[in-house]
Amino acid sequence: MRHSRRQILQAAGAIAGDIGLLRLTVRPAAATPEMMQDAVRSAIGEAPVQKGKVKLDLPPLVENGNSVPCTVTVESPMTKDDFVKAIHIFNEKNPQPNVISVKLGPRAGRAAFSTRIRLADSQTVTAIAEMSDGTCWSDDIYVIVTLAACIEEPK
Amino acid sequence: MARALIHVPPTAKRGEVIEIKTLISHVMETGYRIGVTGEPIPRDIIDDFVCTYNGEEVFRATLFPAIAANPFITFYTVATESGTLTFAWTDLHGATQVQSAPITVE
Repeated sequence: MRHSRRQILQAAGAIAGDIGLLRLTVRPAAATPEMMQDAVRSAIGEAPVQKGKVKLDLPPLVENGNSVPCTVTVESPMTKDDFVKAIHIFNEKNPQPNVISVKLGPRAGRAAFSTRIRLADSQTVTAIAEMSDGTCWSDDIYVIVTLAACIEEPK
Repeated sequence: MARALIHVPPTAKRGEVIEIKTLISHVMETGYRIGVTGEPIPRDIIDDFVCTYNGEEVFRATLFPAIAANPFITFYTVATESGTLTFAWTDLHGATQVQSAPITVE
């Protein structure tokens, strides 16, 4: 049976489409900036986020995304009436938008913490601090990652 | 569950802000990697860390798969009185590892 050029092209297109679908279902889709916004809203509610007061420290160029040192410092007197309630870190392109959520109180003395995070791609990382008066402050930094986390196969 | 390292200053002045460093050995498997058999490797992470100072919670963290293997967390607290700092790490299966460190406040 002979096929016309059109039929062959259509079949090829359908196969390519199937492969594309398959790839989507097998690979975990990366988080998108919209997913990050949803995660931010579910963490802090509807409070408007303002820039400032928060300092997010990450190396701007990362060689190994599997372990990236990360420090968040928030300007706050940390007294009984004025303290940082929580600090959240979000990312744009890992499979999940959340990185860590920390609960603090006046007992912390200093609103800061450090940890090591994974980054799957070059992306913007955002830190948001919730104050005791309900305001939210943020800082973000664009990080370039040369070796991404999550892609290597286990030995 | 695993080996944990904690650094708390053994003595502090009353009201001083002290730095606490914690490290626990854990794979923090994300659940997004594919194993040699083609099956996804199941997620295995520590998702909760809490520090209590003489029974009062001073710091709590919710961890996600984006935390690197062997979670390392540094934070601060005010040295109020002599006593014990207790650290508890809980994984997704509900297993908890508890470790504590004494502190003397002058």
